[in-house]
Amino acid sequence: MSKPAPRRKGAWELRAGASIVAALAIVALLSLVWTPQPPSKMQILLKLKPPLAAGWLGTDQYGRDIASLLMAGAWNSLSIALLSVLIGAGIGTALGLTVAARGRGIVTAAVMRGCDVLFAVPPIRSAMMLGAFIGPGRFTAIIAIASFMVPVFTRIAFASASQIWARDYVLAARACGKGPFRISVEHVAPNIATPVIVQVTIQLGLAILTEAGLSFLGLGLPPPAPTWGRMLAEAQTFLRPAPWLAILPGLAIALAVLGFNLIGDGLRDRFDPKRARAS
Amino acid sequence: MTGLLLRRLGGLALTLLAVSALIFAVMNVLPGDAAAIMLGTSASEDTLAALRAELGLDRPLVLRYAAWIASAATGDFGRSYTYGVPVSELIGERLAVTLPLALFAVILSVLIAVPLGVGAASRRGGALDRFATVFAQMSVAMPAFWVAILLIILFSTGWGIFPAGGFPGWQAGGLAALKSLVLPSLALALPQAGVLTRVTRAAVLDVTGEDFVRTARAKGLPRRVALWRHVLPNASVPIVTVLGLQFTFLVAGAVLIENVFNLPGLGRLAYQALTQRDIVVMQAVVMLLSGLVIVVNFLVDLAQMRLDPRLRALA
Repeated sequence: MSKPAPRRKGAWELRAGASIVAALAIVALLSLVWTPQPPSKMQILLKLKPPLAAGWLGTDQYGRDIASLLMAGAWNSLSIALLSVLIGAGIGTALGLTVAARGRGIVTAAVMRGCDVLFAVPPIRSAMMLGAFIGPGRFTAIIAIASFMVPVFTRIAFASASQIWARDYVLAARACGKGPFRISVEHVAPNIATPVIVQVTIQLGLAILTEAGLSFLGLGLPPPAPTWGRMLAEAQTFLRPAPWLAILPGLAIALAVLGFNLIGDGLRDRFDPKRARAS
Repeated sequence: MTGLLLRRLGGLALTLLAVSALIFAVMNVLPGDAAAIMLGTSASEDTLAALRAELGLDRPLVLRYAAWIASAATGDFGRSYTYGVPVSELIGERLAVTLPLALFAVILSVLIAVPLGVGAASRRGGALDRFATVFAQMSVAMPAFWVAILLIILFSTGWGIFPAGGFPGWQAGGLAALKSLVLPSLALALPQAGVLTRVTRAAVLDVTGEDFVRTARAKGLPRRVALWRHVLPNASVPIVTVLGLQFTFLVAGAVLIENVFNLPGLGRLAYQALTQRDIVVMQAVVMLLSGLVIVVNFLVDLAQMRLDPRLRALA
């Protein structure tokens, strides 16, 4: 069934996505040691200056430097997104592997229904509920996003791992006397790594969108920590005199999501021949 | 089919019950007493005790949950602490905004995505296909609330065609109300349309490659007829599935969009309940929105079985 591939599938998406994400990651890391101006430094006399009139990208209503705010926001957005996806992927994959090892049964059914339940309460709403009690902040945002990621990865890991459990080499491993835990770690986990990693990149884009949405509603990092979402929310008051205030942070969010989505698409095209056929 | 339907309905009821338990648990078990949260730190001990009694917080958790579920099943979600009216009344008013908004968004996204996806698939690699690919990537990457702001910059503060926000109410006349929903539903629809375009394109390409389509074309069926009679019905299963899955994000996105446009919908109600710490309202709205998502997913399941007899056999 193998056919000669003239060019590796998804190559340009991977390259483009990786370049975008790498650039953003460098900017985010750089913001920890250097920004053109301190992000929270207010210069009221320079307020609402358009791009290039003050700093590279202008200033906001307090005269803060937009470029510096965006840089610091990159760190906040990317770190929250990455952390919540890694937590969700870790818990979800472990859970999926565990129930796949148990096979069909009441525990598996309960876990999968539990996934449906978690899935029905999207991050914005769980963040609202959590935010009402423990207040908005990094922790609330991460828990809210991660709790939505867990069922995604549980389902993927369960579906892929169940297929692996039906393979002959698993049967052979069992015949050798290996227990379910060892088989899961040594044989199943490495073989489901690809779909899980592809999903991680796709979910990273979603996590960035969600983090931005939470910050936009005031449920993300509290001020003065700059976030892209809150910059957008604050810009709404100045749409007429300073539209760039609303355009630039949105552009940053879209670019980050685009970067991760392109990587996800590229990886999926490369590793999943069934889907690649249709594209 | 009836037995299957009953089993599915049972599953639906169980899921709804589990979701309600989860929501109730989060709202009631987390540290912080609802009464204290609602009244703030300056409340006196007497007021707190009075509110606790009113909310029934002095009773055991399980009893409270049972009481909440029992009255919720009859449509009674309790009384809003901040508005002073029954929550069901509040929700009814807000649904009159959120439901049309979600509906328009779904219709718009289908109207954009299906023709674009089908067009892209039928001229693969052509200009339309390339446009569809770029459109899909872009619209998925752009946050809906940013799209909303861009639409406001363009159509409201710029050209002044549509209002930048607010809702005159249906009693002010259908046209004015509809006009104020145009930009919000467009903002909500665009990201959905991106996802749907990709799915439509992939599904149509997938089915077009099947043997029965080649046979249909070989026996002389024109391209257009083959598309309508053979390709689209078969491609509709994944399209409907994704439409249903996207509904979760649509409802979630509505919270943000309603806040951008100041629309008095359910999402805005939930947000206001959050800022005013009106736990009773929040619990009810979150339950309602989550229930809506579950019911829609259930209906999608049924629709899939209707569209694809093979799934009926499997289930």
